[in-house]
Amino acid sequence: MRIEQPYAENGRPVPRRTPTSAPWLDAAREGRLRIQRCPRDGFFYYPRNRCPVCLGADWAWEDVSGRGTLYSWTVDRVGHDPAQRSQVPLVVAIVELEEGPRLTSRIVGCAPEDVSIGMPLEVCFEDLGRETLVHFKPRGR
Amino acid sequence: MGKRAAALVGMTEWAPQRTWPEPMFGMEACAVLAAEALADAGIEKDAVDGLVCGGLSDSPMFSPLALAEYLGIRSHFNETVDIGGASAAGMVWRAAAAIEVGMCETVLVLVPSTPSPVESGGAGQKMALPPYLGGDAWGSPQGQFDIPFGLVAATPAFAMVAHRYMQEFGVAPETLAKIAVMERDNALKNPMAVFRDKPITVEDVLASPIIADPIHLLEMVMPCWGGGAVVVTTPERAARLPHRPVFLAGYGEYVSHKTVSYMPRLTETPAKPAADQAFAMAGARRDSIDVASFYDCFTITVLLTIEDAGFAKKGQGGRFVDEHDLRFGGDWPLNTHGGQLGMGQGGAAGGLSHVLDSMRQIQGRAGEVQLAKADRAYVTGVGGLMASHVGLVLEGA
Repeated sequence: MRIEQPYAENGRPVPRRTPTSAPWLDAAREGRLRIQRCPRDGFFYYPRNRCPVCLGADWAWEDVSGRGTLYSWTVDRVGHDPAQRSQVPLVVAIVELEEGPRLTSRIVGCAPEDVSIGMPLEVCFEDLGRETLVHFKPRGR
Repeated sequence: MGKRAAALVGMTEWAPQRTWPEPMFGMEACAVLAAEALADAGIEKDAVDGLVCGGLSDSPMFSPLALAEYLGIRSHFNETVDIGGASAAGMVWRAAAAIEVGMCETVLVLVPSTPSPVESGGAGQKMALPPYLGGDAWGSPQGQFDIPFGLVAATPAFAMVAHRYMQEFGVAPETLAKIAVMERDNALKNPMAVFRDKPITVEDVLASPIIADPIHLLEMVMPCWGGGAVVVTTPERAARLPHRPVFLAGYGEYVSHKTVSYMPRLTETPAKPAADQAFAMAGARRDSIDVASFYDCFTITVLLTIEDAGFAKKGQGGRFVDEHDLRFGGDWPLNTHGGQLGMGQGGAAGGLSHVLDSMRQIQGRAGEVQLAKADRAYVTGVGGLMASHVGLVLEGA
């Protein structure tokens, strides 16, 4: 099966930007977390062309705090993605932002045995050249 | 009493295998499955006027059209179902619904999962799902917002569900391991099970490697090749056939997401709305079920299905597992074929194995694991990253 996922020079998978997701990726490159907000239904994630609640088009991009808590997590011990085998053990996470939405991310700067649900987190960024990834680390560390 | 509008009357199932001795294309497998299932049902091919299949390796576009042509069937109902592991169960109710509304009378549900031949022979290929599950297509949210962060394949997603469940409700690792052990005991009686000669203990499960915390290797299915088919027809025709008709008394389906991160609540699965719909349609109570055959890609999937499908109160699934004997001779028989955990997951046909398990029980042809009373079954299918759910209430005539 042909794989369309793009990879950074170091072989790791990166997002392939679209006109809809470009503002999120541009913000990440500048070290900011930016998500969309609908005037009726509030913040939503991930980037979409319409609000997933009302399908309205009058949302706007906003920079958010970058603070959140850990909603759930796992440690990939084997490298389910062959392109990430150099990264294991890799802490995969669902982060709940202070502003409400949840996002898929990766926890860095924390040993797997120190990870726990509810732990305070703050955003950090990893520049992979081709794109910059939005990761999280324990807050204040 | 539930619906009596369509009945399952014949089947075939291929033993899951890690490698497949004779590679064949999807439509070639369909031809063999169709011949076997129709022979079992006692129905002539000319009576078939409906086709449901999954994606076919040799005809990924317009699959039912290519299949009708290949099998020489003139068909009024032509469908592919693409809801992950829940697809096979979803195919079965779509066939029944098409018969009920009068679109057709006899439907072949075909679920092949064989490796295609390759120039070098191909017999040694091991079954493995592509880890991106289609999410790498340009524009796919998964390829942009999940895959780069390491959320790929099924195990990490179900692992995050398990962790959140442990945080909110608590369940002992030994309890989850017991599900795998009980299913394995059932598999020891199934000549088609990949693990038919390997009993395991709770200690074995907990000592097996952690693949994605907290999921151990022995809490996951073994990916295999396989195949299965079922024939669905009208009650009038079913009454003239050799096997006891198995009616689709009620069914439900529910989807709200593909990737687990966007599930409204990680510990409340689509099993609940699907089961509520199925049992209401069947006019049946949960405690009237003689047989349960639940989709079991991981042990946590079974635990959450027990709760969310309404067999235990929320948060009490662990206690339910602790208090019941889930083996075929036990007080709450579950997956008497050994489940996919014990039998191996024959690709998409792994989902069909639960339908066939219950069908064999109701038709009195379950061999060594036959239950004394098997008139009503509840079958589930789970797909995506804990994302799609199908529930079927089956009733013997």
